[in-house]
Amino acid sequence: MAEKTFNITADTGIHARPATILVQTASKFEADINLEYNGKTVNLKSIMGVMSLGIPKGATIKVTASGADENDALQAIEETIKKEGLGE
Amino acid sequence: MIQLSGIAASNGIAIAKAYRLEEPDLTVSKKEIQNIRAEIERFEQSVESAKAELEVIKNSTEERLGADKAAIFEAHLLVLNDPELLNPVKEKIENEAVNAEFAMRETADQFIAMFEAMENEYMRERAADIRDVTKRVIAHLLGVQIPNPSLINEEVIIVAEDLTPSDTAQLNKNFVKAFTTDIGGRTSHSAIMARSMEIPAVVGTKEATAKIESGALVIVDGIEGQVIINPSEDCIAEYEKKREKYEEQKAEWAKLKDEPTLSKDGHRVELAANIGTPNDVQGVLDNGGEGIGLYRTEFLYMGRDQMPTEEEQFEAYKTVLERMEGKPVVVRTLDIGGDKELPYLNLPKELNPFLGFRAIRLCLEKQDIFRTQLKALLRASKYGNLKIMFPMIATIDEFHQAKAILLEEKEKLVQAGIEVADDIEVGIMVEIPSTAVMADQFAKVVDFFSIGTNDLIQYTMAADRMNERVSYLYQPYNPAILRLISIVIDAAHKEGKWVGMCGEMAGDPIAIPLLLGLGLDEFSMSATSILPARSQIKKLSKQEAESFKEKVLSMQTTEEVVSFVKKTFQI
Repeated sequence: MAEKTFNITADTGIHARPATILVQTASKFEADINLEYNGKTVNLKSIMGVMSLGIPKGATIKVTASGADENDALQAIEETIKKEGLGE
Repeated sequence: MIQLSGIAASNGIAIAKAYRLEEPDLTVSKKEIQNIRAEIERFEQSVESAKAELEVIKNSTEERLGADKAAIFEAHLLVLNDPELLNPVKEKIENEAVNAEFAMRETADQFIAMFEAMENEYMRERAADIRDVTKRVIAHLLGVQIPNPSLINEEVIIVAEDLTPSDTAQLNKNFVKAFTTDIGGRTSHSAIMARSMEIPAVVGTKEATAKIESGALVIVDGIEGQVIINPSEDCIAEYEKKREKYEEQKAEWAKLKDEPTLSKDGHRVELAANIGTPNDVQGVLDNGGEGIGLYRTEFLYMGRDQMPTEEEQFEAYKTVLERMEGKPVVVRTLDIGGDKELPYLNLPKELNPFLGFRAIRLCLEKQDIFRTQLKALLRASKYGNLKIMFPMIATIDEFHQAKAILLEEKEKLVQAGIEVADDIEVGIMVEIPSTAVMADQFAKVVDFFSIGTNDLIQYTMAADRMNERVSYLYQPYNPAILRLISIVIDAAHKEGKWVGMCGEMAGDPIAIPLLLGLGLDEFSMSATSILPARSQIKKLSKQEAESFKEKVLSMQTTEEVVSFVKKTFQI
C-alpha cells in the first residue's frame, strides 16, 4: 500500500472542479484509492464521496492506494494536486 | 382554435409547433423482480444511455456557451460514474429483488438527504445535481423523455410554466422561434432573454401549459401579447400577413442603423444598449447602438462554482471595449445578492434580499472581490471608452468609499507601470429613492447618473416586482416616478453632468416622449428596441415634449399620464 499526506492550500478547498479532476485522475487506475480527512475515509473514485467531505483550505488529507498500479496512481494524484494549485 | 392573452414581452410574430418544456411523470413504484441479472443489465444500460445524452448536452453547451457553462454537465457525468452510487443500487436490486427504478430512487434519496443536511450552502446545492442525474436515469428506465432543449432540431415554439436561466442557455436560436409562458412579466428573466435572442415572446398567459399540447400549431404574437392555439387557415393567413408587415417595418427601421438619433427639432440624444456578455455586442452593432449604457457584469460570476479570475474578467471587458470601437461602454460593477445568488459566496439567506446585503454593499465589505474586478476594468480601460458605474448607491459616503478603492487600485497599477486610461468617468446607478432625492449633492461628486428604473420603481412604490399580487403597483408612468426622474435630470444638468437611463422604461414608446421632455441624455435599452426608438424620436419635437413637463408632473395618476401621452403623441 502506498500513502501520502497533503496540505490543502487552495482558497476554495476541494470543491466541485478540483474534486472533479481528482476523481477523474483516480478513476484511471486499477488500485483501490481512498481519501482520508477528519477521521472519515471515502473512495477517491467517488465524486459524491469526495464532495461529501467538504475539504476546506488548511485541511490535511491522506491519500492511500493499494493495488498493482498503486505507486503510479499516487504519483498522478500528487501531480494533479500540485498542478491544480490545490495543495502541497 | 383557442386564443390566450398575455404580456407582450418581445416583438415579432412566429408560427410553429409547440415544444413543451416540462418534466414528465417520473413516479416510481416498487416491484418484485424475477430475473435479477436482466434487471441489473437494464439498469446499466440506462446509465449508459443517460451518460451518452449528457455527453451530447455537454458538447453542445460547450460549443455555444463555453467550457465554463458546460462544467456542470461534466460533474453530472462523474456522478453517473460514481461507484458509491451505482454499486449500492445494484446491491439493492440483487439483495431485495426490486426493480431498478425503485433501487435507484431509494439510493439517490439517501445521498440527496445527506447533501441537503450539510451546513455549507454550496454542498446543499450539490443535492440538486444528484436529483438531476437521478431523474435522467429513471426517465430512461421508465422509457419517458426528459425534454432537452439543447437537442431541438426543428422549428418550435417553447411552451413552459417559466424559463430558468439554465433552460434558456440551452436553447438554440436557429430552431426556437418564440416562447410563451404561464408566469412572468416584461422584466422577468424569460422576457429579457427573448429580447436578447430577438425572438417573439408572450409571457404571463397563466394557462399556456394547460391549453397547449406538444406538437400543436401555435401562433405567438409578441406585438399584441396574443397566443393562438390550433389556428384556422384564415387565421394563419392573417398572421402571415401581419408577420410580413412587421418584417417590412423592421427593414424600414434598419435604414436608421447608421444615423444619429435626432429629434424633429434637431435635439441629439444617445441610444445605447444593455448587455450581459461580450456575445451581446454583435446585437448592439447590428441594431445601431451608439454605445453600451449598461454592461451587467454579474453574468461573469453566475452559473459557475468559483469567482472569475482577474484575467477572465479582463478578457471580457477588453473584448467589449474593443468591439465597440471607442463608443462609450458603461460597465456596472458587480450587482450580486438579492435575487441573484452566487452559491460559492456562501451568503446566509435573507428575509428581504432586495433590501439586503447586495451590490455595492457587498463589494465594500468583500473588497477582494471588488478590487479584482476594478483591476481588470482599469487594465482594460486603454482599449476603448470605459465608464465605470457603481450599483445600489444609497449614500454619498458609499460613493466616496467605492471611488477611493478605485483610485487606490489605479495608483497601484500606474506604479507598476501598467497603462490605464486617464479619462475614465465614474458614475452611479440611481435606483434608490434616497439617492434620487439627494441628486443635487451627488451631482457634485459623480461624473454621470444612470437611472435604473426597474429597481427605482419597486423601491419607490414599495412593491416587490417579482410578486404578481402587487404587480399593479409597478407603475413606470406614476407621477411619483416621473418627478424623481425629473429631479435627477435637473440636478445633473445644473452641474453639467449627463444622465442616462438603463431600465426597461428607456425603450418604452410611451415613456420616450416623456423622457425626452424631461431632458434625458442617454437611453439604454434592449438592443432590439433601439431602431424603433430612433424612428420614434425622429418624429418627436423636443421643444413640444418639454412644454408638457409641468403638466405631466402635476398629474395625479398613471392612467392620466398614459392617456395624455397616447393622445398627444398618437401612440
